[in-house]
Amino acid sequence: MSTGSILYDHPGPRARARNAVLSVIFGIALLGLLYWIYTKFDQANQWEPRLWEPFTRSATWTQFILPGLWATLKAAGVGMVLSLAFGIVFSFGRLSDHWWISVPAGAVVEFFRAVPLLLMIFFIFYGVPFLIQGPVTAFWAVVIGLTLYNGSVLAEAFRAGIRSIPSGQSEAAYAIGMRKNQVMRIILLPQAARAMLPIIVSQLVVLLKDTALGYIVAYPELLQRGVNDLSANYGNIIAAAMVIAVIYIVINSLLTWFAGWLDQRSRVRAFRIPRQTGPAATAGATPGGDGTAVEPQG
Amino acid sequence: MHVFADPTNFDAYVSGFLWILKLTGASAVIALVIGVLLAAMRVSPVPVLRGFGAAWVNIFRNTPLTLVVFFCYFGLYVTLGLSLSQELDLNRYWLGVIGLSTYTSAFVCEAVRSGINTVPAGQAEAARAIGLSFAQTLRIVVLPQAARSVIAPFGSILIALCKNATIVGTIGLLESSNIMKDLINSNGDAVIPIFLVFAGTFAALLIPTGYFFGWLANRLAVKR
Repeated sequence: MSTGSILYDHPGPRARARNAVLSVIFGIALLGLLYWIYTKFDQANQWEPRLWEPFTRSATWTQFILPGLWATLKAAGVGMVLSLAFGIVFSFGRLSDHWWISVPAGAVVEFFRAVPLLLMIFFIFYGVPFLIQGPVTAFWAVVIGLTLYNGSVLAEAFRAGIRSIPSGQSEAAYAIGMRKNQVMRIILLPQAARAMLPIIVSQLVVLLKDTALGYIVAYPELLQRGVNDLSANYGNIIAAAMVIAVIYIVINSLLTWFAGWLDQRSRVRAFRIPRQTGPAATAGATPGGDGTAVEPQG
Repeated sequence: MHVFADPTNFDAYVSGFLWILKLTGASAVIALVIGVLLAAMRVSPVPVLRGFGAAWVNIFRNTPLTLVVFFCYFGLYVTLGLSLSQELDLNRYWLGVIGLSTYTSAFVCEAVRSGINTVPAGQAEAARAIGLSFAQTLRIVVLPQAARSVIAPFGSILIALCKNATIVGTIGLLESSNIMKDLINSNGDAVIPIFLVFAGTFAALLIPTGYFFGWLANRLAVKR
C-alpha cells in the first residue's frame, strides 16, 4: 500500500504550486547543507587529489580493499551457515515436548539475544584463550560471536515460522503415522524455511554489517583493511571511509532488494503459508516487516 | 567474585554501565525525534523531502555502525576538528551519541513508516474528507494511532541500541565491553565469572525490557 497517496489529496493547482515552492525551499536548504559540508571538507583539505588518487590505482584494490572484502564475505558466509544450523537446532529444541530440552534451549536463545555482540567477541578473543590455554584466532572469535547472536535471532524466527504453519499440516503428518522428529524435519521445517526466507536474507545483511566488529579484534576485514590500514598508508581516512561505506551500502542494498524480491515472489505463489503479520504478532521476536531488517544490530 | 570485591574494579564496572545507560538514553531521545521527522518526510507530498528521507535511511541502514562511529571520531573530530567538549571522555561520548542516533534514526523511521501502514486507509480518508491538511492528518489522526502499533518495534530498537552502545568503545570510551576486556586481561583466572557478571547485567537489563515492551504492545494494541 502506498501511504503517499492516501495521506493527502491529489494535488490541485494550488497544492502543486505550494509543493513546488516547498521543493525549491528545501532543495536550496539541502544544497546549502551539502555546500557547507563541502567547504568544511575543503578547509580541512579533504578534496586534494592525492587523497583520492590512490583509489584509481590497482594496487590499492588488490592489496587492501579486495582482500578485506574477501575476509568480510568469508566471515559472513561461514557465520551464516553456522547460524542457520544453530537456529534450526535451537528452534527445534525450544519447540520440544520435553521441558528439560525446551527450557535450556529457550534460556540459551534469550541469553545470546540479550548480550551485546562485542561483549561476546571480546570474551571469545581475550577470555577463552585463558580457558583453553591456547590462542583463538580473530576469525573464529568473530564467526563464533556472529553465530551465537544471529543463530539465536534465527532460532526465534524459525520458531515463529513453524508456529505459523496451519496445524492441519502436522495433524495430517501425525495421522499418516509420522513421528514428531519426522513431522518437524519433513513437513514443518521446509515450509517454515520458505516462509522465513526473506527474514533469513535480511538477517544476512545484519550479519554482514556485524563483521565490521572484527575491526576491533584486528580481524583483517573490509573496515580494518580498507579504512584503517589503507589510510595509515595514504593519510586519507575520510576518503577511504566514504569509499568503503559505498561498498557496504551497495552490497547490503542488493541483499535487501533480494529479500524484498523473495518476499514478493512468495506472496504471489498460489499456495502460501499464512504468516503472522502485524507488530503485535511479531512482538520482539521476528525482525519482520517488508523484507527489511528492523532490528538495528551493529 | 574476588575480582569485584576490589573497589577499583567494582567502580570501573559501575562506570562502564553508566556510560552505556547515558549513551542509550541520549541517543534514544535524539533518534526518536529524527526518526519521526524522517518518517513524516518520507510520506510527505514534497518530493525533495521524500528523497532526503529515503537517502538517509538507505545510507545509514546499510552502513555498519562500527564504520559510522569510526567516521564520527576519526572523520568529524580528528580530521575536521569538530570538538564537542573540552573533556576527552565527554567528547567521545557526544561523538558516540551522534553516531548511534544517526544510525538508529533510520530504523526508527522505518518502524514508524510501517506503523503508518497499519492505520486503516479509511482513517486518513475521513481526515481528508473533513478538510484536514497533510500535517493535520498526520499529527492528529494517523500518528497517534500508528504510535500504538510501533511500540513492539520500538522495544526491539531500544534493546538493540543499548547493545550497540558498546560499539562506542571502538573510539576509546571506557564503556562496559572495554572494562570487561581490561578485567579479563588482568584477571586470567576469573574469566568466566567476569563474563557472566557483564553478560548477566545486560541480560538482566534487556530481557525484562523486552517482556515489558511486549506486554505494553499487547495492552495498547488497537483491536481491529
